[in-house]
Amino acid sequence: MNKRKIEFYVGLFVVLGLICSSYLFVVLGEIGFIRDTRYPVYGFFTSVSGLKKGARVEMAGVEIGIVSNVMIDKERLLAKVELKIDKNMTLSEDVIASVKTSGIIGQKYVDIAPGGSDILLEPGQEIYNTESSLDIESLVRKFIFNNDKK
Amino acid sequence: MVTNFFEKTGEMTIRQVRSCGRLFLFFITGVINVFILPVQFGKIIEHTWFIGAKSFFVIALTGVFTGMVLGLQGYYSLAKFGSEAGLGAAVAITLVRELGPVLTAIMVTARAGSAMAAEIGVMRISEQIDALKTMHINPVRFLFTPRLIASIISFPLLTALFNVIGIIGGYISGSILLGINQYDYMDAVIKNIDIGDINGGFLKSFVFSVVVTTICCYRGYYTHLYSGFGARGVSMSTTNAVVQSCIFILIFDYIITFFLV
Amino acid sequence: MTVPLIQFVNIKKNFETQEVLKGVHLSIYGGKITTIIGKSGTGKSVLLKHMIGLIKPDSGQILINGEPIHLLSHEKIKVFQKELSYMFQDNALFDSMTIYENIALPLSEKRYYPKNRIKDKVMYQMRELGLLGSEEKFPAQLSGGMKKRVALARALVTDPKIILFDEPTTGLDPIRKKNVHTMIKEYQEKFEFTAVIVSHDIPDIFNISQRIAMLDEGIIKFEGSKENVLNSHSTIVNAFIRGEEA
Repeated sequence: MNKRKIEFYVGLFVVLGLICSSYLFVVLGEIGFIRDTRYPVYGFFTSVSGLKKGARVEMAGVEIGIVSNVMIDKERLLAKVELKIDKNMTLSEDVIASVKTSGIIGQKYVDIAPGGSDILLEPGQEIYNTESSLDIESLVRKFIFNNDKK
Repeated sequence: MVTNFFEKTGEMTIRQVRSCGRLFLFFITGVINVFILPVQFGKIIEHTWFIGAKSFFVIALTGVFTGMVLGLQGYYSLAKFGSEAGLGAAVAITLVRELGPVLTAIMVTARAGSAMAAEIGVMRISEQIDALKTMHINPVRFLFTPRLIASIISFPLLTALFNVIGIIGGYISGSILLGINQYDYMDAVIKNIDIGDINGGFLKSFVFSVVVTTICCYRGYYTHLYSGFGARGVSMSTTNAVVQSCIFILIFDYIITFFLV
Repeated sequence: MTVPLIQFVNIKKNFETQEVLKGVHLSIYGGKITTIIGKSGTGKSVLLKHMIGLIKPDSGQILINGEPIHLLSHEKIKVFQKELSYMFQDNALFDSMTIYENIALPLSEKRYYPKNRIKDKVMYQMRELGLLGSEEKFPAQLSGGMKKRVALARALVTDPKIILFDEPTTGLDPIRKKNVHTMIKEYQEKFEFTAVIVSHDIPDIFNISQRIAMLDEGIIKFEGSKENVLNSHSTIVNAFIRGEEA
């Protein structure tokens, strides 16, 4: 092996390695420019049980953003969810955000039903109309107890 | 009889403490020499070629089969719960956080770590290390430092390669062979990996590179102290280097995971 | 009487339980060739390694120009060691490097040496030792005699003031042997370096050395000029020279 050849293979190896690293960081790790193409809005829910960071945000079944953070609001004692919505998607002020489940025990996602207002939601503002996640357990309980009463 | 027992215990303790001290000094000397000019470019490139570029195909092959088997196993486990769509997440998280760094480090230990220990061991028994000393060349700087830098460059890059190829392997078995929707697969991969997982994986491979290189070079360098002179000594220090490197990879893997999660 | 360049006073060295040197007294004088003879395995190489600092004695003193080495400053020892060069018994060539890189190594690892000066020096040594044409070969591709000459070239390339030879002619044919001896003598006359040679080539080696020392059973049995050795009445020395058990 002469020196030139060694240098060539080392260069090739480093370039390929860096391509793989940057693929991991940028595409899978979602750093850098991808974050800049989305803007945040907030929603308060009484329960978001099962909703996780990274879950889909859909409108009419089409993905328009992701859930970027789920935390508890200490003053209102509600779940505060940060949604990152694609920049080219504008939401009106009166949209309805609801936590839904795909399939019966599938993943939770946030569905946004379109509103009719002309006033648009600015980045960082709150979605007022929210519906919490359907808790199957409590639904089942309600159903059983209702039957008992009859 | 009793004094004999204490003598033996004492002797063993002293020997262990001494060898810890020697390992530490060896490591520190190597690290300090990273920052002492001139940078040994020629040797770093040569070792990067040996440790990194020549491991490329082994890593690619291991990566694709690891990914494929993860896809296969994951598919049948997830199919029981009807959530095959999450396969991408299962494969990618396992690879990026755990298997990528660990398997890469073990494969490189087997390929390059053993060679390091054997080469330096032969240099020790054929008096080449003594020859360096008589030429006023610091043998630790000459032998260990360039290998350390080359490993620190190579390990993370090989790990990244392993991860990406492994994810493709999972795609091959999950999507092409078992028929999961390809968008579901990639979607699950992208959604479920966040920057913390990737940083953690790279941190692991960085630590492994330092651990493996230090142990392998140290074992070779002190072949004459632990295993005696001659071909037998070199073969013993090579075996020890590989076994100890693998054990320490797994120990450090646990420690890092413990602190990351 | 002049002060010896290197003086050993009662040097003792044990390896594990084996006593190798049991109190060696020896003087090496500047500008002369001193030869150490003795049976194989009596610690001649160990003695030589003490001079260059590869092995530290268990007890006893080493004097450099009459000053004990442990009283010398770090810088002075460094300066002294820079003038030393060592040729190993088994050559100790680096088998992953070419012949050119091997010979150039003591210079190329130093920052203050420009590349073309290294090349001049290496080429000069290679020409002198008849090694031209094998610059790009590796040590494993050379014969035993060639390797010896490469090792010799590497020892000479730094222009040392003191050279320690550990059996420089073992494994060479009589012609090459004579060449190496003549070369050492010529170089020594030219550059006036001090040489210490461990050798078994009796009586050839006597022709080039000025002083002879004989090491046996861990002590120096005889030390003196060449004439003294040949006229010595010591039975051990005479027997060894004739190749008989004493």
